[in-house]
Amino acid sequence: MSPTSHYLPRLLATVGRPDLAAHLQQWGPRPAGGPGLIHELGRARLGGRGGAGFPATRKWSSVAERRGSVVVVNATEGEPASNKDKTLLLHAPHLILDGAAMAAEAVGASEVIVCIDEHASTAWRATGHALAERARHRQDRVPVRMEVAPAGYVTGEESALIGWINGAAPLPTFASRPWEQGVDGRPTLVHNPETLAHVALIGRFGADWFASVGGAAHPGSALVTISGDVRHPSVHEVALGTRLTDLIGPAGPSEPVQGVLIGGYAGTWLDAAAVAAATVDPEGLAPAGASLGCGVIVVVGPQSCGLRAVAAIASWLAGQSAGQCGPCARGLPTVADAVGRLVGPNAPPRWNAQIDRWLWMIEGRGACHHPDGAVRMIRSGIQAFQGEVDHHRHAGDCHRPAPPLALPRSSEVMV
Amino acid sequence: MTRTRRLLVDPIRCDAHGLCAELLPEMVQLDDWGYPIVSDQAVPAHLLGHARRAVAACPTLALLFAEAEVAQPARSRR
Repeated sequence: MSPTSHYLPRLLATVGRPDLAAHLQQWGPRPAGGPGLIHELGRARLGGRGGAGFPATRKWSSVAERRGSVVVVNATEGEPASNKDKTLLLHAPHLILDGAAMAAEAVGASEVIVCIDEHASTAWRATGHALAERARHRQDRVPVRMEVAPAGYVTGEESALIGWINGAAPLPTFASRPWEQGVDGRPTLVHNPETLAHVALIGRFGADWFASVGGAAHPGSALVTISGDVRHPSVHEVALGTRLTDLIGPAGPSEPVQGVLIGGYAGTWLDAAAVAAATVDPEGLAPAGASLGCGVIVVVGPQSCGLRAVAAIASWLAGQSAGQCGPCARGLPTVADAVGRLVGPNAPPRWNAQIDRWLWMIEGRGACHHPDGAVRMIRSGIQAFQGEVDHHRHAGDCHRPAPPLALPRSSEVMV
Repeated sequence: MTRTRRLLVDPIRCDAHGLCAELLPEMVQLDDWGYPIVSDQAVPAHLLGHARRAVAACPTLALLFAEAEVAQPARSRR
């Protein structure tokens, strides 16, 4: 990237050099994990990077209180617009595996299970290679195994993934408490790969080093995947607190940007004004009701229709329902269809109010948060693209397509 | 502190039979697809009998009681 880049070389410092020798040359040997590391994660205020952002130190403390635990690395990354975890597995697998090993030592776990999407064959091959290297060089005291998990958006939901490891279908369960009862009924610490990669560096260099970039309240860095109407769909690492426009600028967005989806398909749409105002940290995104989530950023340029993107993603999310809970299985198709009618010229009168009513009925009523994410995306999308809604209603369909919503293959994504 | 009871639906078990809304309309409404929207308030004492009957009548055992410790509202706040 250019010298004026806002991008960091931390987690991605070993791009193109995924082997153990390069990893050890870059970072040195890993320290052991222990209670001190749990404390250090608290000082670093490290939040989970899978989407929910839950404080890592609290998860670790709950699991560490219990005996015979398991660490699960949730590298399923079923989010279509996210590529950061696969990128990390390809370019820095040892950072993730270091973090997992240190987590296992810190919480007293007896096993680490790395779960990767069956379709991410380059990622699981790279991980298999890294695990073999580590076994040869005796890097891990706690045994590690890799599982190739069935593809599917909801498979990555914590309770669904644990259910699948336990031999059931990969479906969410109701009121699950994995830190008490997870894999084989044992206390289970589930983490996103990026979170564990940060752990590997915080364990080596400490919370103060982690906080040498980013804001005071939310220090550190995060991986993002930028796609949509940009010349270079790409994965980058940025300091928290970076201006959103600075973050997407080097990816070459089509100007003027009409809106941005942030946080994933289950994330929040920002309109052009909110994009201009936002910084990428909890404070900077709170005014727009958004969060960085899993680091997904989808740009809508002037050649595309944001409303059509909302409708397309709503329809996709409806299709991803596990079909277990009525309000999700029945409600999401209803509301996705209703958003589709906003795109056409013949939406019934007061249709926005009808959609609002359905969104309210769906929210908070699933066993997992899949329906809530869809509600957030649709509600914010209609708000961000209200101008498009009015235009479609009064002047007819703009006939612009949705922005590219599928990522290029992982090997083509630039770091 | 006092023990109160709330109602809870296991949305995976629920199959939209709708008996709960018939037996306890004070606390249960049905959505547009026939699934119950249950009040998150504590079940008032005078409805506890009806709530028990609704829980017992659910054909899929999806309607549950959740025990909750709730702080007693302070009487003389101002």
